[in-house]
Amino acid sequence: MNLNKLTITEAINGLKEKKFSSEELVEDCFKRIKDIDEKVRAFVTVCENEALEQVKRIGGNVPNAEKPLLGIPFAVKDNFCTKDIKTTASAKVLENYVPVYDATVVKKLKEAGAIIIGKTNMDAWAHGSSTETSDFFTTRNPWNLNRLPGGSSGGSAAAIAADMTIGAIGSETAGSIRQPAAWCGVVGMKPTYGRVSRYGVIAMASSTDSPGPITKTVEDSALILGILAGKDENDATTSPLLVPNYLREIRVMGEMGGISWIKGIKIGVPKEYFIEGIEEEVKNNTLKAIDVFKKLGAEIVEISLIDPKYSVAVYTILQRSEVSSNLARYDGIRFGNNRTFFGQEAKRRIMLGTYTLSAGYFDKYYLKAQKVRTLICQDFEKAFQKVDIILGPTSPCTALPVGITKGASMFGELQDILVEASSIAGLPGINLCSGFSQDGLPTGIQIIGQNFSEELILKTSFAYEQATEWSKRKPNLE
Amino acid sequence: MRYIARLANLTLTDEEVKKIQKQLSETLKYVEALNELNTDKVEPTSQVTGLMNISREDEIKPSISQKDSLSCAMTKDNGFFKTKSIHEFK
Amino acid sequence: MKIKKVLVGLEIHVELKTKSKMFCGCANDSDNNKPNSLTCPACLGLPGALPVPNKEAINKTILIGLALNCHIPQKSKFDRKNYFYPDLPKGYQITQYDQPFAINGWLNLKIQSFDKLRIDLFEPERLLPQSRRPERSRMGQNSKLKISIRRVHLEEDTGKSIHTEVCGEKVTLLDFNKSGIPLVEIVSDPQMESAEEVIAYCQKIRKIIQYLGVSDCDLEKGQMRFEPTINLLIEDQGKEFYTPLVEIKNINSFRFLKRAIEFEIERQYQTFQETKEEKSSGNKTTRGFDQVKMVTFEQRHKEEAEEYRYFPEPDIPPFRISEKEISNLKSQISRIELPEAIEKIFIEKYGLNDAQIEVLTEEKSLAKFYEDCVGLGGDEGISSQEIANIIINKRIDYQNLSPIEFIKKIGESKNKFVLDDKDISVFIDEVIKENLKVVEDYLKGKTQVLGFLIGQVQKKALGKADPKIVQKILLEKLPH
Repeated sequence: MNLNKLTITEAINGLKEKKFSSEELVEDCFKRIKDIDEKVRAFVTVCENEALEQVKRIGGNVPNAEKPLLGIPFAVKDNFCTKDIKTTASAKVLENYVPVYDATVVKKLKEAGAIIIGKTNMDAWAHGSSTETSDFFTTRNPWNLNRLPGGSSGGSAAAIAADMTIGAIGSETAGSIRQPAAWCGVVGMKPTYGRVSRYGVIAMASSTDSPGPITKTVEDSALILGILAGKDENDATTSPLLVPNYLREIRVMGEMGGISWIKGIKIGVPKEYFIEGIEEEVKNNTLKAIDVFKKLGAEIVEISLIDPKYSVAVYTILQRSEVSSNLARYDGIRFGNNRTFFGQEAKRRIMLGTYTLSAGYFDKYYLKAQKVRTLICQDFEKAFQKVDIILGPTSPCTALPVGITKGASMFGELQDILVEASSIAGLPGINLCSGFSQDGLPTGIQIIGQNFSEELILKTSFAYEQATEWSKRKPNLE
Repeated sequence: MRYIARLANLTLTDEEVKKIQKQLSETLKYVEALNELNTDKVEPTSQVTGLMNISREDEIKPSISQKDSLSCAMTKDNGFFKTKSIHEFK
Repeated sequence: MKIKKVLVGLEIHVELKTKSKMFCGCANDSDNNKPNSLTCPACLGLPGALPVPNKEAINKTILIGLALNCHIPQKSKFDRKNYFYPDLPKGYQITQYDQPFAINGWLNLKIQSFDKLRIDLFEPERLLPQSRRPERSRMGQNSKLKISIRRVHLEEDTGKSIHTEVCGEKVTLLDFNKSGIPLVEIVSDPQMESAEEVIAYCQKIRKIIQYLGVSDCDLEKGQMRFEPTINLLIEDQGKEFYTPLVEIKNINSFRFLKRAIEFEIERQYQTFQETKEEKSSGNKTTRGFDQVKMVTFEQRHKEEAEEYRYFPEPDIPPFRISEKEISNLKSQISRIELPEAIEKIFIEKYGLNDAQIEVLTEEKSLAKFYEDCVGLGGDEGISSQEIANIIINKRIDYQNLSPIEFIKKIGESKNKFVLDDKDISVFIDEVIKENLKVVEDYLKGKTQVLGFLIGQVQKKALGKADPKIVQKILLEKLPH
């Protein structure tokens, strides 16, 4: 039946209409995993037994108001703690670690009735933008198995692109949702920092880590975000702001034939984001996307933002400093393996982070980076006085070949040059597929909004998605 | 380098030290760019949320069991975590 | 060469009495014997766990700051102090670096000589040889000293490590029940100049904190720990030299504190004579105190300066304390009677002397007991002095006695001896008549039977005769 090809919304409707059972849905996903994951390698752990047991307990029940995701299969990035299921962050230090508690995001999924079918591969400790830095194996891009899926949520993005799951969860510190979503041609939403709880997410950079949904459509993204968002008493950095009903907003818009509301929306396009070296086709597809918005009635405004290279510097310093501290707990005493099991990338980042925090260098690096962070935030505030949302390419290139990252000292941070500024400022952003290159590789555009403007971002994204056909294309993996 | 490694509680081989040193220099060179920006009158930002005064009531919540607490440890002894002795202390 | 001055600054750690830990909901219970049974992902430092601060602990910290006359800054935050040690599960301690909850306070001390400080001495006090006594001693009858308190901040405690041997192998066992308990750190300026002053300071701080009710300060349970930093100003042939700073970690009794300081003064003096090493920015060392040998010992190598890489805690938003909150806490303090206020009342209203006050205010519950008794005693015509003396001399078990019962007992014993001399005389005459043989024995020289005769009088009097008066009259009546 190939039920694994469904979107979350389609699956929910299908289950409600009793067109198929949740058992069939989950089994189709596992079948697909068995067929192709040997090639794609998106999963670190496949939880077939646990999942099938859970599905049995559902009986004949279908998704409802109380359990909106009842029976829907989800793939979860392996840096989210899942109780009694191995959680590794794709790192050798945690290769056998089994948490005794669930991350809040996982808890919310379970409470909504979702079925966790597996934990997906990532760059070890989320240190990277390729998934090649996983301590275990490299995930391949479903669109071209000789290419990388991006990272660090590469496994989740690949699983969605290859229809091995219906929904997926990733996390972004700076680009780790948006960039793999761009390379894999799927929808990746990074919410505002503090919108979704980080409790139970293996920390990378505490001040920017943001869990978020990776899905096949914008509607799916809105649905999941609505379930995951909200204040968490276990995470002091979550916002007390009420969570809007994102899905309803989109549906209302859709019903009203509602793309006309876009008329008058001001979309800012930062010229600095068309950096030197950007792939021609990425650039062209971005320009085409801008045309689509123009036709929909949006007003395109050229804006100027701080040169992205400064964001890379700020992010590199702040992230690596926080990483050096967050990875201090891995001493092998209470859990996991000892520190000799750290990979090269982790060691590199810990060393730089330790250096930039050390006496004599703190002011020069860490403090300076925090000050420039303020400038970046102010820069965005200024821009948002002129425009409602910001649009640009997500990644300057399409999926790069396997092997490209070996030995590079700053690969991750340089790849994410176009997404770091918004991450540093805590702003929400989404990746949408903007087309394909001649090679058949997806290109992506990103829409960035002000803090807690996910509603606007999702509506705008939905409009674009409806006006284009990209989300319907699938990779050929047979 | 060795000092930083010690601070970071990492054991590096000579080869690793050389490699990382080189990469560290490259990275530091890149981030030097920040000096081009004037931040004299700028306050640092460590919290982008703008939140303040977040705390919890002084209430007891259930702890995890001793079994769960020790479940992931490789070496334990009679309810305690066990590790090699720290040589500095008697 | 001689010691011109001794300089001691003190860091005092106090475990707060809260229901739950500082950054998680695990119970704050130092008595729990089952290791690792009061833990959770946060205080165990498990991957993905996050800290959420305990509001009550913050309030208690500010109360301590207010009680120590500190300024409460509007802005405050937590920071990470990064270092590696097995009992520090996250590899960093959440503490306060540059924006603590309270700063710039002070404390007045009355310096008394050692014998009044009531420390149990393990061995008789060994006076420092005359040549090595500090030049200026501030000890005296009524000398007052004002110690500046730099800061009062809040942090979390570490786990407990036990160094032992298992199957012949040297190991460290770890228990994280203590990890995450709220800890207040009180830091003074290096203004104390002798062990006496240090002890007086520590005792006063302990008293204030107990009176605030924010900690039990049980030294044996490790709820209060002292870390003095000492160095000397040495004069040699007209020139002055400072010895390097030495911090002594984790002392948990006044006895050990006194010993550690005295030992360290001697040791630093000796060391300076040998090495002539002076204080510089890189040579502060840390030493521990050996409770068995009663000496300090080197803990960390001099070269490895502690490098903590402090940075603001990203998982906890900063604090802005409003004027309203501060005034709420200030009024809370004004309703709690602190030792100085109580001592003042005891002097002015009840006419007690220093020694009496010291005993009666040692524990807040005792001070309260005393005040309650005085209140009740007034009606019965029992004076505050009388009550004070009875409590002190008779070592009354005030914790298991209510003030009402106590006053009643005193009243009874006063009213007990209601018989006057005439009545007693009558009984004595009877007893003498009934016990002629015994009287004969007494007159023959067996003076000890006097007690028996007094007892007989008491029996007849049904205990209502004051034995002193019985004795007096009996002796008068007995032929010599």
